[in-house]
Amino acid sequence: MTAVLYSDAIRERWRRPRHRGDLPGATGTAEDVNPLCGDRVRFAVQVNDGTVAAARFTGDSCAICTASADVTAELATGRPAAEAAKLGTEDVLEVLRADVRPTRMRCVTLPLSVLGMALAR
Amino acid sequence: MRLDETTRGDFPILERVVNGRRLVYLDSAASSQRPRTVIEAMTRYYERSHANVHRSIHTLGEEATELYELARDRVQRFIGAAAREEVVFTRGTTDGLGLVAETIGRTLRAGDEIIVTEVEHHSNLIPWQLVARDRGAQLKAVPVLADGSLDLQALDRLLSPRTRVVAFAHVSNVLGTIIPVAEIVRRARTAGALTVVDGAQAAPHLRLDMSALGCDFYVFSSHKMLGPTGIGVLYGRRAVLDSLEPGRGGSEMIKEVWIDHAQWNDLPWRFEPGTPPIAEAVGLTAAIEYLEKLGMDRVAEHEGALAARAVKGLGALPGVRVFGPPVGVPRGAVVAFAIEGLHPHDVAALLDAEGIAVRAGHHCAMPLMRCLGVVGTSRASFSVYSGPDEVDVLVDAVAGLRSKL
Ligand SMILES: Cc1ncc(COP(=O)(O)O)c(C=O)c1O
Repeated sequence: MTAVLYSDAIRERWRRPRHRGDLPGATGTAEDVNPLCGDRVRFAVQVNDGTVAAARFTGDSCAICTASADVTAELATGRPAAEAAKLGTEDVLEVLRADVRPTRMRCVTLPLSVLGMALAR
Repeated sequence: MRLDETTRGDFPILERVVNGRRLVYLDSAASSQRPRTVIEAMTRYYERSHANVHRSIHTLGEEATELYELARDRVQRFIGAAAREEVVFTRGTTDGLGLVAETIGRTLRAGDEIIVTEVEHHSNLIPWQLVARDRGAQLKAVPVLADGSLDLQALDRLLSPRTRVVAFAHVSNVLGTIIPVAEIVRRARTAGALTVVDGAQAAPHLRLDMSALGCDFYVFSSHKMLGPTGIGVLYGRRAVLDSLEPGRGGSEMIKEVWIDHAQWNDLPWRFEPGTPPIAEAVGLTAAIEYLEKLGMDRVAEHEGALAARAVKGLGALPGVRVFGPPVGVPRGAVVAFAIEGLHPHDVAALLDAEGIAVRAGHHCAMPLMRCLGVVGTSRASFSVYSGPDEVDVLVDAVAGLRSKL
């Protein structure tokens, strides 16, 4: 079961996230907490002419949440902001290829909702 | 024979296999498991004696009432209360603390002060926040020190003639610290304040004696001490309970009712509105009888030894930080720890894959997490059926975790 929950994609992105960090010149930022575990995710986005030019995340979070944030940032980058705001759980899970149980689903969805908030700013 | 060797067979759930391994249940502080006698007592009650209590003039109603009130006598003896009238049944610790806070809250005025501590479970913090907000009272907290104990000198500085309530845990659900209740009660009483003790983690672990502790209120849950969910105990010193108006209204808690007023029932029923958790009280009786047969001194010794073994074993691993009192200082049946570079939720999930159940996260003590400088911790906790072999399985598994992510 370990292998399935902590897929190679999750382990890889937990060890070496590609989109973690600050974003000077961000046009929108947002932050939220997972009430179940206290995990905190911050998103910063830079939107130029309606397109997401860059997205970065920071925060204290578990491997699943971190990997989800990393994939979320990657999927958002280069998309029209309106489209990026519609990214969903399936989009992220498709990249992570992990069997996430309902108790951990908030770890996947938190970054998506924080991205949405950052884009709405 | 070791305690777990005599008890293990009494707990059917411990035979479960999880993820291909025999279950190692190290989450008893969140909720313990139940021995067969508790499950059977509740089944027998439902199959033979169930009816509503107190107002039913028929055989089943009388049996149910007798069983429900017998539970009160058992609790009274178990906690060393002076009278059965001092034992009020609630739905659990959270419910009991809420009831006390609301009830005392009605007597508070603007400028009054409530003292809590930094180690409190949210259940012993939020009700006081609500009361303080409603009454214009001030909430203050006794700081926790690096060794997991409370700063009692700070308590002395916080206490004043304005202090109306001092509310604190007997055993911290994260650090395992055993708080010197009698000592704090003495200081609070000198200042003229009421004392409210959250005994959720102490009742399953320590021999309780209300006359020795001296507190005004003491609250705990059945489900953490081998009993069923859905019932808890609020002990209140008689003189104090008598002086308070009921916090919540309904049936059972009145003697006579008119449209615009009512006369309250006697203690303890005055604080028990509505149909109580009757089957749960029957289960609690069985749980107490089980614990008394083992002997609470033996229980505390057994669980204390397991906690010490875990503190030593985990503390010796590189990259593992163990929280709470140092080795050699008595602690409750919980050991919280953090592994460098691993998030507590991932720790819990990876351990679950090996059949080991631990708790991870903030443990409903976010202010304490902030004091410790962490988002959360992983926590192993023990009960009468936990064994040293299980502690060793945990320590071995934790030793191998860092390579897994
Ligand atoms: C110290 C402490 N207080 C209060 C509670 C709340 O207990 P319950 O959920 O049974 O109301 C717990 C258990 O979670 C606890 O450990």
